[in-house]
Amino acid sequence: MAGQTLYDKLWSQHLVKERDDGTALIYIDRQLLHEVTSPQAFEGLRLAGRKPWRLDANLATPDHNVPTTLKERAEGNAGIKDPVSLIQVQTLDDNCVEFGIEEFKINDPRQGIVHVVGPEQGATLPGMTVVCGDSHTATHGAFAALAHGIGTSEVEHVLATQCLLAQKMKNMQVRVEGELGVGVTAKDAVLAIIGRIGTAGGTGYAIEFAGSAIQGLSMEGRMTVCNMAIEAGARVGLIAVDDTTIEYLAERPFAPTSDQWQAAVADWRELVSDDGAEFDKVVVLEAAEIEPQVSWGTSPEMVTGISGEVPDPAAQTDDTLRSGYTRALQYMGLAPKQKITDIRLDKVFIGSCTNSRIEDLREAAKVARGKKVADSIKLAMVVPGSGLVKRMAEAEGLDRIFTEAGFEWREPGCSMCLAMNADKLGAGEHCASTSNRNFEGRQGYGGRTHLVSPAMAAAAAIAGHFVDVRTLEEA
Amino acid sequence: MNQFERAQGIVAPLDRANVDTDLIIPKQFLKSIKRTGFGVNLFDELRYLDEGYPGQDCTNRPLNPDFVLNQPRYQGASVLLTRRNFGCGSSREHAPWALEDFGFRVVIAPSFADIFYNNAFKNGLLLVTLPEETIDRLFAEVEANEGYRLDVDLENQRVTTPSGEILEFEVDAFRKHCLLNGLDDIGITLQDEDAIRVFEAKHRVARPWLFRDSAQA
Repeated sequence: MAGQTLYDKLWSQHLVKERDDGTALIYIDRQLLHEVTSPQAFEGLRLAGRKPWRLDANLATPDHNVPTTLKERAEGNAGIKDPVSLIQVQTLDDNCVEFGIEEFKINDPRQGIVHVVGPEQGATLPGMTVVCGDSHTATHGAFAALAHGIGTSEVEHVLATQCLLAQKMKNMQVRVEGELGVGVTAKDAVLAIIGRIGTAGGTGYAIEFAGSAIQGLSMEGRMTVCNMAIEAGARVGLIAVDDTTIEYLAERPFAPTSDQWQAAVADWRELVSDDGAEFDKVVVLEAAEIEPQVSWGTSPEMVTGISGEVPDPAAQTDDTLRSGYTRALQYMGLAPKQKITDIRLDKVFIGSCTNSRIEDLREAAKVARGKKVADSIKLAMVVPGSGLVKRMAEAEGLDRIFTEAGFEWREPGCSMCLAMNADKLGAGEHCASTSNRNFEGRQGYGGRTHLVSPAMAAAAAIAGHFVDVRTLEEA
Repeated sequence: MNQFERAQGIVAPLDRANVDTDLIIPKQFLKSIKRTGFGVNLFDELRYLDEGYPGQDCTNRPLNPDFVLNQPRYQGASVLLTRRNFGCGSSREHAPWALEDFGFRVVIAPSFADIFYNNAFKNGLLLVTLPEETIDRLFAEVEANEGYRLDVDLENQRVTTPSGEILEFEVDAFRKHCLLNGLDDIGITLQDEDAIRVFEAKHRVARPWLFRDSAQA
């Protein structure tokens, strides 16, 4: 019999019931909640007179709407100036009290972006099923957890039943073989993968990322890769358990202790695809061929290397692609064949559930150390992913490196990744952003997003335009 | 959940691939804690010439005359015809809420993003997947014929064109059953409450560390 993939194992370990039509009930071990996609789910429970099935499976924190300046945050919820945002955050607080769900509130040092908080707390463990009303839940797959982004009706369904109605996905393996070059990061690898397979390339699949370059990544890097599985269309991204996974989890607040830890580790070691496991699709990239990436368009698949240029829509043979490229260039204010290094920037954003962890901040700080943000940059901001990341960064002196270089050092939250709070782009502004989506209007009405790694974002802030981080000398 | 058996209506063509959920309903409208009222902000950045904000009266906002839903011939459309990978991006269920609230009952495309697909069916919005060549042909027919309507019959899994051509589509049996009967997923799942409890008890014995109260015992 052929071996099982990691996804197959996780699926079968959580299968409660399978219907004849292929629909299954799978058991959910952890649900993360935030203020944007949960209010209607709690309201649904209330209207139906239902209670959450299992309280300790849930963990909540506000992230999308929270302001990121110290002045506003000092006031707690009262510092949220937008009344509609305030109601949403307050509603999460009220719902968590009413239903008895643990919440890290706005000024709890453990508050942060759900996808940073879960792993940091050890609330995400290998072998778990993890859901959240947020498509970037794929992040948690870095721990060999089966993690899905879900909609609000599903949030309510999981609260009420501890299960999700699901259909088994197909298996895809994406291997990145060899070693990533100096200055080439997990973000560049995943952008290159999306560039290769396209924004719908993973639709219907669970993607397992493998190969020596993936195995060589830290947990932070692995989370960056899995985070963007959804940008390749896959709801689920996965990476097998190894020593790196286990070392990261030891002594995290929610992680098992003593005998339970030993038993858990033994079980987690099995969370790898078996030799001979069959994948429905396999894609292989050579790490050495990946250079630092920059997106030029309005879909994450519209991406190229730093030495590249904006493509010419006229050269595209597919009609839909050609019209898409034409529209993207018009929106982005870019010309065909323009060199990527000639794109001038107005703002720089380092943060988001993709790139706001300690390693991301260290990489950006390494580039920013002893330099100055270019005068032409209106705003360069660094937004740590959680209060604990912020503290750690401050203990290492990273905040001073950033502020001395002219970056703003902010409080944790989703911030300008999707601009639900006050941090946003103005119309026509170009932004080097470490976030995950370059959709039209995503970072602000008319804003123009370029997706890059933290090191590339820091380098762009200093140069005022995109620059190959590999050519910079360290101060 | 809203029931769906059949829809007959004007078809609006949105000729664009990879329509993402930010485009369907921009983030500032996600601050609502309700499920209704999103229709006026559907495709807000394409539909209006100014920047929208939540709670605004949209009746006097400047409309983008080039946007398909603003053209007189597509007023009252209930079927949206579009290109591949519709609904990509975020998990916001506000996207199907906005489409429904606007008046769409059906979206027809060569492919849909996974999370959007789930969310739509949970809200009585039928998504019909047809081959790319068929979609190309429908685009040409819609554009050539003002008042072009399609008849979408879920029970028989058929789309009928004005000329009487029948296009069959696939939909999985469970989703079809729920949609035809307007069934609530939670109610259905809770019929299996005993099976869930049995599974949960075994799961706890096999992997106690997955339960917080026994992980640190």
